[in-house]
Amino acid sequence: MTTLPHPMIRVRGITKKYGEMIGCRDISFDLWPGEVMGIVGESGSGKSTLLGCLSGRLEPTTGSVGYASREFGDIDVHGCAEPVRRKLLRTELGVVHQNPRDGLRLGVTAGANLGERLMSVGARHYGDIRAEALKWLAEVEIEAGRIDHFPKTFSGGMQQRLQIACNLITQPRIVFMDEPTGGLDVSVQARLLDLLRNLVSRLGLSVIIVTHDLAVARLLAHRLMVMQRGQVVETGLTDQVLDDPQHPYTQLLVSSILQA
Amino acid sequence: MPTDKTMISVRGLDKTFTLHTQGGTVIPVFSGLNLDVNAGECVALAGSSGSGKSSLICSLYGNYRPQNGSVSIRHEGGMVDITTATPRQVLDIRKTTMGYVSQFLRVVPRVPALDVVAEPLVALTGDLEAARDRAAFLLKRLNIPSALWSLPPATFSGGEQQRVNIARGFSLEYPVLLLDEPTASLDAENRRVVVGLINEAKARGTAVVGIFHDEEVRDLVADRLFEMRSFKEAA
Amino acid sequence: MTAATQTPPAVEAGYNYGYLNEQTKRMIRRAILKAVAIPGYQVPFAGREMPMPYGWGTGGIQLSASILGPEDVFKVIDQGADDTTNAVSIRKFFAKVTGVKTTERTGDATVIQTRHRIPETPLKDGQIMVYQVPIPEPLRWVEPRETETRTMHALEEYGVMHVQLYEDIARHGRIATNFMYPVKVNGRYIMSPSPIPKFDNPKLDNSPALHIFGAGREKRIYAIPPHTEVRSLDFEDYPFEVETWDGCCALCGATDSYLDEVILNDAGERMFVCSDTDYCATRRGQGHTGPMADREDISELTGDKPETQDKNA
Repeated sequence: MTTLPHPMIRVRGITKKYGEMIGCRDISFDLWPGEVMGIVGESGSGKSTLLGCLSGRLEPTTGSVGYASREFGDIDVHGCAEPVRRKLLRTELGVVHQNPRDGLRLGVTAGANLGERLMSVGARHYGDIRAEALKWLAEVEIEAGRIDHFPKTFSGGMQQRLQIACNLITQPRIVFMDEPTGGLDVSVQARLLDLLRNLVSRLGLSVIIVTHDLAVARLLAHRLMVMQRGQVVETGLTDQVLDDPQHPYTQLLVSSILQA
Repeated sequence: MPTDKTMISVRGLDKTFTLHTQGGTVIPVFSGLNLDVNAGECVALAGSSGSGKSSLICSLYGNYRPQNGSVSIRHEGGMVDITTATPRQVLDIRKTTMGYVSQFLRVVPRVPALDVVAEPLVALTGDLEAARDRAAFLLKRLNIPSALWSLPPATFSGGEQQRVNIARGFSLEYPVLLLDEPTASLDAENRRVVVGLINEAKARGTAVVGIFHDEEVRDLVADRLFEMRSFKEAA
Repeated sequence: MTAATQTPPAVEAGYNYGYLNEQTKRMIRRAILKAVAIPGYQVPFAGREMPMPYGWGTGGIQLSASILGPEDVFKVIDQGADDTTNAVSIRKFFAKVTGVKTTERTGDATVIQTRHRIPETPLKDGQIMVYQVPIPEPLRWVEPRETETRTMHALEEYGVMHVQLYEDIARHGRIATNFMYPVKVNGRYIMSPSPIPKFDNPKLDNSPALHIFGAGREKRIYAIPPHTEVRSLDFEDYPFEVETWDGCCALCGATDSYLDEVILNDAGERMFVCSDTDYCATRRGQGHTGPMADREDISELTGDKPETQDKNA
């Protein structure tokens, strides 16, 4: 068993309402280091809302998200001071957006995008920053010669890989991903998923990944939460939820997948 | 009667499927199932097709969720009931204590066969090179030509895929091993290899539960049969 | 200060002292005090309509208008020169609306308004530099949203500033920013020192003078109090460096001043000459000469007027 005495993330009763509309309702779970939690459900199920609340970018109506921070100790993600929250989002918490352009500065080079994360926490040695940037480009299989190119010259898959690298360069402990492979060609998806699997297992990352694609969930997630209309209808080990679904909605989802 | 050699202990296990998408049809699988398996013992599940053998194996692995009852596995000295354990505990048990060779290899794109086999060991030790050495040893023993090791198994034949699956299942020396039709697509030579692997595991003290359609193989490895029929009829 | 007898300041009829009304001057002085209290922080102020358009120094002019008094001696330079059209116009404007004494001698001035240069003559305790600033926000190039830049300043999130320098090194092999070079003031706020050449940045560090910056169009005032630490941003392995020239000033021989390049004729002849006209003239007055000091055809650059002049209106 891992030696960490308590979970990395403790979610208690997260509810987000938009006026009278329920975004998500009363979600609770614990996430331990090295675990990948998938959140699946159809459009409008509240999964992106939940992810926003978990990653500290969306303030919940009620409930709390406790996070065991490397730098600040145990904190309440929404109750902590603004500078703390913003710093966490640049260092320990990674956020991979569905559209990579939401997570990159298109007007600066790939190297500058990577370097900015380091410079924002005080890195002041150009040579070291560049070396670190090159290392992470290699990790996400972008050739070194592209370091001085602008992200707008990259393909969609390459932009996504750059976004992932920008998130990992500060050694986050947990990464939140919203449909990271959405909109990509199948072969590009496969490559990205392979990369993510390797990185997650090698770096011991915790990940919360939102996806509507059950195949992606099966490949990457250890645990699964199925959401319908803002609520979690079923949760458990990924293979158990997908192979022995109990809830009617889960059964519907699983039976709807086409076999290639 | 469970003893300190008992590795698997099942009590009062009920399993039914409720198909909500089919108007709530209930399919009973088994009921009130009890089973103990000791270290070094191989139990072969016996029963006709549809008698719930695979479902029992899946329940032992935590892949299926039973409606009632308990499934306890000896893990790090104590018995852990996986039906009530946290997901984290079950994942830990699967990582170090309990191995599972399913009937079909679940194919992941782009991962070469060697790494498919090495993965459980890498996950445990982090030593990629040693894990690949072990994987190579097993693949060789199972007669997979080395030319195939760097290829993803998606294009392999059924028998080749199954042998990759078996190698993966035996890459760690699990104290508990679950085997679902391990020799289904194999020729005589490879069946022999698998029998050898199972018997070596038993000699190490592994508790094995398996489904063997091939009676010859079953007779070579199983210490006793576990008859499913009565538990099916009770359901 | 040299004048023995002071004639009372003659403000042209119809103008309040300093052109702005008393309430406005008070408001601007309060903004200046706040800026001095928080070195490098941009204080918003209610900028007034001035008799010249934005882009012509209205920020600096409003600052000078608020602080000038009858005892002051006022100098105006534009790119280091006292005799450009704009410097002359602004000097005349203040002579008209305050009657204040003006000078071209850096050492004699109490208030110096400048566009894009700091004088070479070291400043003294009691002097005030007033800077005309086009874009006060150093983060604007990377972050167009005002809401976001304010948050970044408040939370000291300055990683992006080094991105600019990183891009320079990646593209040019060195930090290529030559003017408006960002600085960190008092270890806290990052500030644009206005479009002065980086050559002048070190003059801000631990200066005995008060430096106040005004942006009229953007309506911001910021300040560096005397003896404040001002550090130019750099990398550990690419430290901050100022410009250097191979030669010296062609007229006065100075090797320690910022030199302008002047094309002399269609034959492509050129010369390097001190940008700071007062500094150059003073040195020539002390007998220093440069290699082209005796050239007749460029005598208008040396000026055929006496070096010092106290002008009243």
